[in-house]
Amino acid sequence: MADLYFSGVDVGSLSTDVSIIDHGGKVLSEIVIPTGVNGSEAAEQAFNAALKLADLTRDSITGITATGYGRASVAFATGKTTEISCHGVGAHHLFPKTGTVIDIGGQDSKVIQIDRQGRMLDFTMNDKCAAGTGRFLEVMANRLDLNLDELSSPLNIEGDSAPISSTCTVFAESEVISLLAKNTPRKEIVHGLQRSIVNRIWSMVTSIGIEGEVTLTGGVAHNKGLVALLEEKLGLTLNIPENPQTVGALGGAHIARRTYQNSLEADSI
Amino acid sequence: MSIRAELKYKIMKDYGAPVLMAFQNVRRRKPRPTPAAFGSPLDSNQRLKEILSRHYFLSRYAPGVKKVAWVTSGAPVELLRAFDFYTIYPENHSALVGAKKQGADYCGIAEGDGFSQDLCSYARIDLGHMLSGKTPAGKLPKPDLLFCSNNICQTVLYWYKAIAHELDIPLIHFDAPFVTTEQTEADINYMAQQLQDMIPILERVSGRVFYLNIFEEILERSMETSKTWGAILDAMKAQPAPMTIFDAFGHLAPIVSLRGLPVAQDYYHILMDEINTRVTQGIGAISDERYRLIWDNIAIWYKVRFLATFFAERKMNFVTATYTNAWAETTGYLDVKDPWRSMAKTYGQIILNNNLKHRLDLMKGMIKTYAVDGMVMHSTRSCKPYSVGQFDLRKAITADLDLPAVILDADIADERVWSEQQIQTRLEAFCETLEGSKYG
Repeated sequence: MADLYFSGVDVGSLSTDVSIIDHGGKVLSEIVIPTGVNGSEAAEQAFNAALKLADLTRDSITGITATGYGRASVAFATGKTTEISCHGVGAHHLFPKTGTVIDIGGQDSKVIQIDRQGRMLDFTMNDKCAAGTGRFLEVMANRLDLNLDELSSPLNIEGDSAPISSTCTVFAESEVISLLAKNTPRKEIVHGLQRSIVNRIWSMVTSIGIEGEVTLTGGVAHNKGLVALLEEKLGLTLNIPENPQTVGALGGAHIARRTYQNSLEADSI
Repeated sequence: MSIRAELKYKIMKDYGAPVLMAFQNVRRRKPRPTPAAFGSPLDSNQRLKEILSRHYFLSRYAPGVKKVAWVTSGAPVELLRAFDFYTIYPENHSALVGAKKQGADYCGIAEGDGFSQDLCSYARIDLGHMLSGKTPAGKLPKPDLLFCSNNICQTVLYWYKAIAHELDIPLIHFDAPFVTTEQTEADINYMAQQLQDMIPILERVSGRVFYLNIFEEILERSMETSKTWGAILDAMKAQPAPMTIFDAFGHLAPIVSLRGLPVAQDYYHILMDEINTRVTQGIGAISDERYRLIWDNIAIWYKVRFLATFFAERKMNFVTATYTNAWAETTGYLDVKDPWRSMAKTYGQIILNNNLKHRLDLMKGMIKTYAVDGMVMHSTRSCKPYSVGQFDLRKAITADLDLPAVILDADIADERVWSEQQIQTRLEAFCETLEGSKYG
């Protein structure tokens, strides 16, 4: 099976991520770009960039899975799967002992339980509010005049944290405004925001339970302070992928690969 | 009671309504083509539509002939029927508004008057109707009496109090103690006594005398109707199921709002016959039923078609629901020989007035007997008594029965709460779990 390549294209609410793998599952290229206002354009752009990086042409890609909120807008995809399944499969390939995936995406966060083959067994997602998501952190970073890297700096998790509601992004933002008005140190506010997200995730984790190793995916996994707090709350060490944002795309590429293999098996019967 | 009003009512009943029905049939747009995923629609749908149109049409001629009562879905309406009240069910009317995707409009009227957006959308739509007179049913009569029971929620009491205050009319409340473990003798006696205490008030409001034999006849009819409804739901055990639960949401209307009347009794025999024929002939509601699902909570009225199509296209059929079951579940307690106490048992133990353990056992039983493969729970903003506890139920059911499940955040009739993209992703992920994931 030489020269067979597969790709996953994850059009999320904040970023569009592409992963290209070969038939053995080796990652050849990964790309993350902002989705912007046009999902199908972003998909096109990111896919072309990933092809270039892998030094491949479009024709050489055998199967492409579209996933994420904009999955329906990826005209060149050969299949569609939800980002929930994709994150499960992606996490499984990176950390085979994963039983639980926590994905904190741009627009929603989810806890996914998978079996030893990466198959999704159960999942839970946040409700409609963006509290506890990447978007929440983005709004707050903006309000605090920090960039996301600054917001992610590892903080002393023993330090004080300002109390911030975990139920609503809009309310949380007005709380941050009041805290700033009271000259609360920014570090405490940042700490409070991280705690707020962790509490949100915690309630989802308790509703579904933890099995096996826990892998954290999504851009928020870059936030070291939050990771430390989450590990403390869960009482375990999280698997953090090198590129947490592309795990969904990677899962998509593996699903495309598996779909192709299944079709071969079906043909040979 | 004026002779003129009575004559008008009679003419409308005997001639007006049939003419309207005939006119509606002529005027009826070509029915939307049925997607290939569905089998042929039930013939009974036509009769159902006629019954409901006639009920709302005639209601405007009721004042002056019959006293009008607005009633909650869980109230013991049989007692009111003995006084010949014309009954309107605001919940049914609100569902109708919701199904026509006008819920947000009516809710907005109530919100403009100061009612909170956190209030049940059935209540907001009804209050919106009361404040503006708007209704998709043409015109609804003003009530002479309000009749509610807290066996479905506490909200109905405050909602009906607001109407009673606004219209300055009497409100009868049937207080049903919540069943925390088992219904006690004291609970039964307390409820039975309340029912009997209502008689003089109902006589005064209606101007009619109570006759026990007439009441018993109504109770008998109501019991028989509920049992037929229960048998129709039972028939969904057949594989493939002869009807989808989305069909049943529609066919539920007469058992809720016309219970105790001959028209409802007759209707369910028609539906039963059609369902039985389908079962005998092996005809399914969807073309290719591969997965069987259970629905928990009230319908999402403005998205029934969307959901029905979404699942049918994936060869999935909802074959049972706690919601549709609620009007059959406790009928077995009814006993014409012991009307008051048996009504207390029937109305006091319905699902929303019963504890979570009861609900868990009930749902587990339904999952087994209907050969269910997956569960969809609608967590509705409007109905706290129905939605609180769903996370625990889901946890217990998925753990004990190894059943995939998904919870949808939505609302019964306020379409502003619906977020299509998020729901779509949840549903697709649920289907992927159910299908053993594409990766498998």
